Amino acid sequence: MTGTPVDLIWLAPALALLGFVLNGTLALTRPNTKTLVSVIGAGVLLAAFAVAVVVFSNFRSLHPEDPVIYRYWSWIPVGTLQVDFAFQVDQLSLVMLLIVTGVGSLIHLFSIGYMKEDPGYARYFAYLNLFVFFMLVLVLGASFPVMFVGWEGVGLCSYLLIGFWFTDAANATAGRKAFIMNRIGDFGFMVAMFMIFWSMGSLDFATVFEHAPTALAPGGAAITAITLFLFLGCTGKSAQIPLYTWLPDAMAGPTPVSALIHAATMVTAGVYLVARCNLLFAMAPVSSAVVAGVGALTALFAATIALKQWDIKRVLAYSTVSQLGYMFLAVGTGAMTAGIFHLATHAFFKALLFLGSGSVIFAMHRAYHHTHVHEDAQDMRNMGGLARYMPWTAALMWIATLAIAGLPPLAGFFSKDEILTAAHARGHVQAIWLVFWGFGLVTALLTAFYMTRLMLYTFHGPNRTGEAERPHLHEAPWIMTGPLAVLGLLTLLGGLLNVPELYRGSAWLHHWLEPVTAPGAALIPDVHLSRSSEWLLVGIAVLTAVVGVVGAWRLLKPAELVPAKQAPEERGFARILRHKWYVDEIYDALFVRPLMWLSREILWKRVDQQAIDGAAVNGAARGARALGWANRWLQTGQVGTYVAVFVVGVLLLLWRALG
Amino acid sequence: MFDPKGFFWFFGVIAMVSALLCITRRSPIASALWLVVTLFSIAALFVLLDAQFIAVLQVLVYAGAIMVLFLFVIMLLNLGRPGPSDIKGPLGLGVAVLLGAAMLFLLKPLGSATLPTAIQLPAGSVAALQQQRGIVGSVANPLFDAYLIPFEIASVLLLAAIVGAVVLAKRKL
Amino acid sequence: MLLSPALAISAVLFTLGVAGVLFRRNAIVIFMCVELMLNAVNLTFVALAQVIGVGGQVFVLFVMAVAAAEAAVGLSIILAVYRHKQSVSLQNMNLLKDG
Repeated sequence: MTGTPVDLIWLAPALALLGFVLNGTLALTRPNTKTLVSVIGAGVLLAAFAVAVVVFSNFRSLHPEDPVIYRYWSWIPVGTLQVDFAFQVDQLSLVMLLIVTGVGSLIHLFSIGYMKEDPGYARYFAYLNLFVFFMLVLVLGASFPVMFVGWEGVGLCSYLLIGFWFTDAANATAGRKAFIMNRIGDFGFMVAMFMIFWSMGSLDFATVFEHAPTALAPGGAAITAITLFLFLGCTGKSAQIPLYTWLPDAMAGPTPVSALIHAATMVTAGVYLVARCNLLFAMAPVSSAVVAGVGALTALFAATIALKQWDIKRVLAYSTVSQLGYMFLAVGTGAMTAGIFHLATHAFFKALLFLGSGSVIFAMHRAYHHTHVHEDAQDMRNMGGLARYMPWTAALMWIATLAIAGLPPLAGFFSKDEILTAAHARGHVQAIWLVFWGFGLVTALLTAFYMTRLMLYTFHGPNRTGEAERPHLHEAPWIMTGPLAVLGLLTLLGGLLNVPELYRGSAWLHHWLEPVTAPGAALIPDVHLSRSSEWLLVGIAVLTAVVGVVGAWRLLKPAELVPAKQAPEERGFARILRHKWYVDEIYDALFVRPLMWLSREILWKRVDQQAIDGAAVNGAARGARALGWANRWLQTGQVGTYVAVFVVGVLLLLWRALG
Repeated sequence: MFDPKGFFWFFGVIAMVSALLCITRRSPIASALWLVVTLFSIAALFVLLDAQFIAVLQVLVYAGAIMVLFLFVIMLLNLGRPGPSDIKGPLGLGVAVLLGAAMLFLLKPLGSATLPTAIQLPAGSVAALQQQRGIVGSVANPLFDAYLIPFEIASVLLLAAIVGAVVLAKRKL
Repeated sequence: MLLSPALAISAVLFTLGVAGVLFRRNAIVIFMCVELMLNAVNLTFVALAQVIGVGGQVFVLFVMAVAAAEAAVGLSIILAVYRHKQSVSLQNMNLLKDG
């Protein structure tokens, strides 16, 4: 307790939970209410954002070195395991709090327009509020178990929202895929928790980070195992190799959900976890290298797939996977600030891109709806030239595209450049990081290329939607373009959060996060690049981005594209990329089919049908029947026999009583 | 001189013999009549045991009312005519004799049982009570005092039995 | 003292009643055997009343009341069964038996 408005921190998740309860009740009792649901759904988020701002501004004046911990009640008191339900307010959780409530509010507002016609309107907002609640528990939790509650809760909401239109089997399957993939990661998280408790006897962040340097040998097997298992959890939640395949399928959900959960907030939980545990990862150099390597590899791998996708949301999904790879490259390198910085800027421009694509899909869908044509409203081959019909969306998405490509002075430029610089700097100590830096650079080129491709095919060239549909293409309503504009502003100015000293900036975020990142940073070799080599790196990065954008602009000919229905199948390497390196097929053959075979042939036909149903269930019935058949000889139905037996009983009693 | 023990055994033997005849006669009417003889003998035993009032009731209620009811039902159902024996075959007979012998063997200690002196009353005290209160009074006093509630419950039981008998015996209500 | 002879006679009467129940089939005769057993018990009550107190005699009154009720209801049941089955033999009262 600080006696300041920081104590109000509980209000933020409580408001979201209240929104869930109210909207959930409405969804069950009066599913057709829309206005009230919108007011509650967006209102609680705006209120939570206001709370976050108040807490932030007050915390800023305090700026304590240690986190402020609020213990609400004793949650799991079992022997030496004492877990309180506690929230932790520090610099890192506040940044996450602001992103979640801020971007979340904008996306809630956008949803009011996007989901207007949906019959499950109240249910949608109930899930969305519940998601925000769990996300806030995740970022505010003061111990691993509390964080895990949020971690699982957001997974649940993700499942519910991916399968929001569950009447379509493909959507329900996508939801299940996400859920199962996340289970694999959660297994890692839980094992890591067990090992942490086993080695340090506590699960509170504060205690663990205090005891870790003395309880565990730096670079030892224990700390390496703990961090690797933690990172397994991250690969599930944050869609990294090898567990990334659920995220592109998760695009089956409503687009604002993709923006909020599968781009801006939930998938960054893994990055947050690594940043939170920066001390543990800094103590395990091997794990750090694995994190950075997996991140760099994922970034490159996903970027190549994004090159050849036609579904506008899938391009963005692979782009998200790729950008998450960047963040892991940053936190694996030890540049926690760079990772969190990229997390924040990515939240801005990726939410903008997703909401923009949502706006495009909304327009396309409406146009097709008018003419009752069942075409794919998400396929870029059916779009083209949309800039003429929706200029605002096009302009704002261009800003986001240039930002993600890394052109100065947009938000993405600063964060991405910081990551690449950090990787290169680490490469002076450990050469492997130079390879990671190379991966990052190539990814930057590809990113610029596929994003320009997306913009070209969607907004420029001739329109391929169809003659009948064309007059019905319109800009989205203000409730949708409004949030887009705010996100556009954030994308323009987000870089100001952390302008490096190279440009005479103050590197505000870096100093702000120092109390959190300092313990880990102290263990990592600090390399200072000379000013000239830093400028050189910046030049290379900007040049790469420009080459990507201009190259795509020059090479791709939107005029030659044909609508999806008439498009030929790709050939050669393009086909491999179009089919996502056949990773889904490989997983299917390696894991899914053997498991299905085992379940069907052994577990179902042998164990269940024969052993359980046959021997146990029917066996019990047959046994009971045999017993009854044997006993029925005692029940003759003749009163005389009963009397004789009765007398025998009386005699036995007499014998016991008198004998 | 009056010999209560001799009289007692006299009536006791009559009771046992007539009971044996009661259970062995083929005709239900013969059985019923032999049972009446048994009941009368038991009434005589009651008199010898200083329970004259109970003896009178035994004759009135048992030998009178209940046995008349039995005979009445036998005649109503026309069971008096000779028919196939209702006595069971050798197996049933064997079981009955075996179990009866076992029971008799187990009850044999009763014949030589002695009560602890602590709970015994002085000899002749029941007779003295009857002198003081009268034969009926000595039974009626505890009946309407300590046993009042069971007495009332017994009346309810009899009422229920009357209603039940009427319901069961009537062809149609 | 008449206690021992009374108890011996009542034991014999009771055993005869049990044997009668066991080897007769006629429901009315079985009923009479039950009455015989009740009377054997009454005899013990009265015999003990002489030694312990008149409470035993009061109890005989209750037994008589119950026996009267039982006779009334039991005979009504036999009557009802006879109407249904045209028989009072226990051999035929085997509806509980399967088949």
